[in-house]
Amino acid sequence: MQVGVPDRARSGAAISVRDLHVAYGGTRVLHGVSLDFTPGSFTALLGSSGCGKTTLLRSLSGFVPVQSGSIIVGGNDVASLPPEKRGMAMVFQSYALWPHMTVLQNIGYGLKLRGASKAEIAAKVASMLEFLGLTGYEGRKVTALSGGQRQRVALGRALAIDPGILLLDEPLSNLDAKIRMTMRHEIRAIQQRLGLTAVHVTHDREEAMTMADRLVIMQAGRIAQVGTPEEVYDRPASAFVANFMGAENVLPLHVERSERGASLRAGDATAEIAAEAFDALPAGDAVAYFRDDVARLDATDAPASDDLLVPGRIAARAYPGGVYRYRVEAAGRQITVDDAARHELGTKVGLRIPLQRLHIFPASEAGIAA
Amino acid sequence: MIRLASTAKAALAAALLTAFAFVLIGPLANLALWSVAERWYTPYKLPVTYGTRYWEQVFRPTGDAMASLGTSVWIAVLTVIVALALSIPAGYALARLKLPVRALFMVMFLLPQAFPSVAIYINVARVFYQIGINGTVFAVVLVHAAHGLVYSVWIAAAAFAAVDKDLELAARNIGASPMRTFVTVTLPLAAPGIIASGIFVFLESLDEFTGTFFVGVPQVTTLPLLLYNAAMGGNYQVASITALILLVPSVLFMLFIERFLRADVLAKVGA
Repeated sequence: MQVGVPDRARSGAAISVRDLHVAYGGTRVLHGVSLDFTPGSFTALLGSSGCGKTTLLRSLSGFVPVQSGSIIVGGNDVASLPPEKRGMAMVFQSYALWPHMTVLQNIGYGLKLRGASKAEIAAKVASMLEFLGLTGYEGRKVTALSGGQRQRVALGRALAIDPGILLLDEPLSNLDAKIRMTMRHEIRAIQQRLGLTAVHVTHDREEAMTMADRLVIMQAGRIAQVGTPEEVYDRPASAFVANFMGAENVLPLHVERSERGASLRAGDATAEIAAEAFDALPAGDAVAYFRDDVARLDATDAPASDDLLVPGRIAARAYPGGVYRYRVEAAGRQITVDDAARHELGTKVGLRIPLQRLHIFPASEAGIAA
Repeated sequence: MIRLASTAKAALAAALLTAFAFVLIGPLANLALWSVAERWYTPYKLPVTYGTRYWEQVFRPTGDAMASLGTSVWIAVLTVIVALALSIPAGYALARLKLPVRALFMVMFLLPQAFPSVAIYINVARVFYQIGINGTVFAVVLVHAAHGLVYSVWIAAAAFAAVDKDLELAARNIGASPMRTFVTVTLPLAAPGIIASGIFVFLESLDEFTGTFFVGVPQVTTLPLLLYNAAMGGNYQVASITALILLVPSVLFMLFIERFLRADVLAKVGA
């Protein structure tokens, strides 16, 4: 890389969070979160609003006081240190650029604090701007920049101090869709090139999946699941995670266990599963979650083979493009299904769902997610 | 019928507008007229002789008016310094406090305004007399600052509250100490509001009469006191010219507010 840009070889710092409790004015927001961030990893904290993901990020950065627990960075517990002593750089959702300063002053602020000379600051800011594709913008007022440019300057300000850890607080949610796509790739590329440890907070599932090596799904101040995008998407650990990751169709089931395996019953439909296929299958009343795009419509009397074939009736149809989207009433539930063929409303159909694509959880647990 | 109604409406609007203009401009026109009237007595509706004799008298370097203008400005500058030195930290603390505590402080600052000022100033004058500072510029500055603080703390709190907390956190995050953050980020961003509060205190001090009268007289003569003396002595010309001089800073302040103060800061005044 050019002079002044953080060198590639330097790697990010490890963070290890242990039993973190955080409360806001009496309301407990984090209930004992423990999490490790390996150097150079990109972790996305994902969850609906109020789940504590932003609070976790802000307690890492020191903006939110920690009740108990520790945050270990480079062997030291930083949980009680003020933000300026933690060596983490944050990119804010609001960009938080200082409107009374130019681009040069914004990016150079951290360098000036560290006693760099005017010439050093100018050189480093120039190479940082080149790195971000904003060459020659030094003298601009930040208020004269577009959203994407502002976010780049905010990123430059964070990167200018050579942080080991980069915290991203929904940095893309104020950008329009097209720029958001480009920025996803840019941030990911920069993080990998510099080997930074990145922690990214977002409520956008796709953004988290495309940017991060690892997802942390949070629910009501606790960690619901940690895993690679594939693990979390294909093998959700709980009904909440399945639902949050887009398996929004819910089908009540009854599971009977036998020596040979288990039999599923959904309404009038039944299916047999070999024992080894579904080891952790609950017994008794259960709930299955599946995505819109895994089910197909078929004739009511088609052979079920290895799928679950639930009889139903088409209640509504829409054409979002490419395929038709149907709302099917089956087993007393409204199910959304995509299918290529056009069917009339009121038609009796068989809802074909591959057994492997069902995420099955005990009914007691599913009550939380519904 | 409709035409009649609309004519009546227009006539009413015109009448109200005229009345408003008269109320607003009438006294000013009268002041302007008096300031250039060398001789004016009943039964004449307009001055008998016009001239700038009194303007020359007021602006004569050795005149009382210039001396008291100097005193007034000096007191106002000191008052602004004292008021800002207190209202910047107090305003910042108020802006970052939680709501109930904040309301309590606001009430504490506003409460003195609820009492009749003459009663307060008489007692202040007594105390100042006992400790021997009555009749000094220092005493007048104290009284003016106490009065101005109500507004300056209020406006400063609004100005600080309008500064997004993330902007401060961004500075802390990349290594700035709380003090450094305040000086390089918070204060510059709140500056327009702080300057406005300073100007407001300056104007209030320039205008202040009651307090100055009780703790300053006879040693300290400010412009309003001069105006009072001139008017009591029947010298309407000097009184009018003094009043016009006092008007200038107020108009400049209005222009400044209109030009520089952001609407969101103004909206937070009193919040």
